[in-house]
Amino acid sequence: MTAPVVVTGMGVAAPNGLGTADYWAATRGGKSGIGRITRFDPTGYPARLAGEIPGFDAQEHLPSRLLPQTDRVTRLALVAADWALADAGVDPSQGDPLDMGVVTASAAGGFEFGEGELRRLWSKGSQFVSAYQSFAWFYAVNTGQISIRNGMKGPSGVVVSDQAGGLDALAQARRQIRKGTSLVVSGAVDASICSWGWVAQLAGDRLSSSDEPTRAYLPFDREATGQVPGEGGAILILESAEGARARGAEVYGEIAGYGATIDPAPGSGRPPGLAKAVATALGDAGVDAADIDVVFADGAGIPELDRVEAEAITELFGPRGVPVTVPKSMTGRLYSGAAPLDVACALLAMRDGVIPPTVHTDPCPDYDLDLVLHQARPTQARTALVLARGYGGFNSAVVLRAA
Amino acid sequence: MPSILFTLDDLRRILLEAAGAEESVDLEGDILNTTFAVLGYESLALLETGGRIEREYGIVLDDDDLSDEITPGDLIDAVNTQLSATEAQAA
Repeated sequence: MTAPVVVTGMGVAAPNGLGTADYWAATRGGKSGIGRITRFDPTGYPARLAGEIPGFDAQEHLPSRLLPQTDRVTRLALVAADWALADAGVDPSQGDPLDMGVVTASAAGGFEFGEGELRRLWSKGSQFVSAYQSFAWFYAVNTGQISIRNGMKGPSGVVVSDQAGGLDALAQARRQIRKGTSLVVSGAVDASICSWGWVAQLAGDRLSSSDEPTRAYLPFDREATGQVPGEGGAILILESAEGARARGAEVYGEIAGYGATIDPAPGSGRPPGLAKAVATALGDAGVDAADIDVVFADGAGIPELDRVEAEAITELFGPRGVPVTVPKSMTGRLYSGAAPLDVACALLAMRDGVIPPTVHTDPCPDYDLDLVLHQARPTQARTALVLARGYGGFNSAVVLRAA
Repeated sequence: MPSILFTLDDLRRILLEAAGAEESVDLEGDILNTTFAVLGYESLALLETGGRIEREYGIVLDDDDLSDEITPGDLIDAVNTQLSATEAQAA
């Protein structure tokens, strides 16, 4: 079955804006949320910048019952899910529990919570470890807590494929809707800016060591030297187009196409898989490259990865053939949360007729890309492509059609 | 009776630290004879609550003392029984 699946609600938590309205105002205005880490003392670490969400007080949004059992990442995800459901005009208590599911992505789970419990384990003893550590750290915890809070017992799960996971989760949610579930809460939020989470990210050897927030993460720049992590993401409400229409829901747009590949093993001589993921997504959406009006790129900020992405875009769309932007240059890379946030951003961009800029980048002339730089660009875009890549060779692509 | 008595106020404080409180439940009200299940605490919340009581009071509770079918009154009695036993042992 290939019945259309649409986005009817979104909840955003991003370093440059908490809530969809603040995020979107900041993003179209080119406002960055990257700065020196405040959540722990980064002195002495090889990377010291991050995109942190300011001013999130979980107590303002969540009942006390949930606070002792949740990491920051789950609190953000629960609140984003509340906002997304409200935005969609859905009251889950009125729905059939088995007809609503939750499919999110995760790259880390509740690291800050886990770090605290590990500290107690080794400094005080096992009897001091919280009973809630049993699930608070876990990849599936956001899905589980959103499911419990909203009484959603339909098909649910978590996808773990690093930064590509956010798109893979939307694809899985779309599958479940096509199989008959009316509504799926999807997207992803990641947040592990704590010393343990940081050490795990440092091990990947991709983080920028710059102390300059405007020079640290520069996708498609000749001076690109690495990535800046951030926290946050977006939770999206997906429904069948038919169901959304029947209940008179306002629709942001359609998840029209999806493709995913894994890169060949290094040294195999075979080409990288990104272009094939895009071609698959275009085919799935039933569109040609010429139909794509804007590309939200992965924007690794690492020269060899930027080159692969730039070449894939040029191969499919021609030299400077389509506007390309990397709004995550304003947030840092939010791991699994990055791609759902880009999907939200692309839907808002098409709604309001404006492509948000890529900030801080002075594009490398070797890449033949039409990058949207410095400030937002007006657009009539009706079809957008969102790309996401994960550590280990994950490539995912989603085609969005405006409502 | 043990010289240190575990009271309902002690339990309220530890419950809030361990697991918070349901918005529809008034922990300050007369909860002594209401089951934990009705008060909105599942087994994991009670495991965490029991662990905190054990750490703070230096006792060990039985698994049966922490079912969600029991009431705060039952748990307070169980804690005080353990406190008495521990004191008797130490004496």
